[in-house]
Amino acid sequence: MGKRTALYNMHVQANAKIVDFGGWDMPLHYGSQIDEHHLVRQDAGLFDVSHMTIVDLSGGKTRAFLRYLLANNVDRLKQSGKALYSCMLNEHGGVIDDLIVYFLSDDWFRMVVNAATREKDLAWINTQAKKFDVTVKVRDDLGMIAVQGPRAREMAHAVLGSANMVKVKDLGAFFMAVVDDMAVARTGYTGEDGYEIMLPSDKAAAFWQQLMDKGAKPCGLGARDTLRLEAGMNLYGSDMDETTTPLESALNWTVAWEPVERDFIGRKALEQQKQTGVKTVLVGLLMDEKGVLRNHQKVIVDGLESGEITSGSFSPTLGKAIAFARVGANVGEHAKVDMRGRLIDVRVVKPPFVRHGKSCI
Amino acid sequence: MSNVPQELRYSKTHEWVRQENDGTLTIGITDHAQGLLGDLVFVETPEVGSNYETGEDCAVVESVKAASDVYAPLAGKIVQVNTALADKPEIINSDPYGAGWLYKLKPEQPGELDELLNAAAYSAQIAADH
Repeated sequence: MGKRTALYNMHVQANAKIVDFGGWDMPLHYGSQIDEHHLVRQDAGLFDVSHMTIVDLSGGKTRAFLRYLLANNVDRLKQSGKALYSCMLNEHGGVIDDLIVYFLSDDWFRMVVNAATREKDLAWINTQAKKFDVTVKVRDDLGMIAVQGPRAREMAHAVLGSANMVKVKDLGAFFMAVVDDMAVARTGYTGEDGYEIMLPSDKAAAFWQQLMDKGAKPCGLGARDTLRLEAGMNLYGSDMDETTTPLESALNWTVAWEPVERDFIGRKALEQQKQTGVKTVLVGLLMDEKGVLRNHQKVIVDGLESGEITSGSFSPTLGKAIAFARVGANVGEHAKVDMRGRLIDVRVVKPPFVRHGKSCI
Repeated sequence: MSNVPQELRYSKTHEWVRQENDGTLTIGITDHAQGLLGDLVFVETPEVGSNYETGEDCAVVESVKAASDVYAPLAGKIVQVNTALADKPEIINSDPYGAGWLYKLKPEQPGELDELLNAAAYSAQIAADH
């Protein structure tokens, strides 16, 4: 038996197919992951993301610490509640994890890191934090619910009630508001509008039920994966890890080079790589033929093996197979994928494939 | 629990077989198999008129999760395929023993049918797999 979130019993009651995910017993789907995918694109779906690790950082030097810890620059966070996506790198520029950091006040930042990388992340963060006298507090007392889709926010507003709704209804994208004992963030991993809501674990089941009563339906990790892939969002461990840098992972946009005097872990290695040029890049693939692209299938460019698929699946919105692949930097607009011995033509495209319910291809 | 209809025969590789009055056999994949695969997104059916040996792979069902070969539970010639699956492979998920059938086969040796598993034996097999 794995670890269970406060919503585990809700999943079982809803006939979820439970699978192991990084040591957690999590719902894969509740019947059909494709129906759940369409629901998020067209209406609203609920995800239990309580397995993710929430870390609160406090102390007067927290901002300075994060300026050093993260490849993106927390000085971009000026307004309370603003969030930033960043990689946390090792000295070689390899990605230890990707995360979202929220600025709440000058002595309170919150980070949400992946579940599967929890122990190594916490060890790394704690080691680095010593030099800055920052207090690191893991918030295992909190659960997290994502409600995503074009109708997600209106459903959440109805559950929050008028007094609290006022505090969140005008939140901009990538902003968080603290509302009583909850934190409501306009973030997500689906390419749709919606909220991620952190709240005391003992209140999670009631809140989940209230969202269901408003019409939101539970969605599992299966739909979460096809949604994020369509939306062009990387998955840690598949699309990047400690052996790859952000520059090789289509995450250049998350590295803040300016100001040049900001010293962050991995900076020297990245600068060197930027100067010599990357050998491999992460690209999107789209297949017009029938079939489904799978992780680790070989990608062939100009007759030579060039790399492999890092995340392959079927796009329910496009009705075609899509993938991310790490290939040689010389890749053009066409490639082939070795699918069970057959070489199939694919188009090389720049993700996202789908945003706000619409094809970008 | 997976549905295992009493009146059908089964292969160890999760195909079901129904004897029709005209001597042909209708073949599909079991409820247990579709449950393991999850949402089906593509189905490759065999060509009408082609012949297969017992245990030969003759179709492919592909889900979001995995691609899986479908084997001929007994030797014979394909006489009809379910063309509706090309546009709606998810019928296999919703109705594996009905509208989600894959193909009809005219067996070389109808007696081979008796060598397949009955419902009780197939149920025991999938219970043991767990």
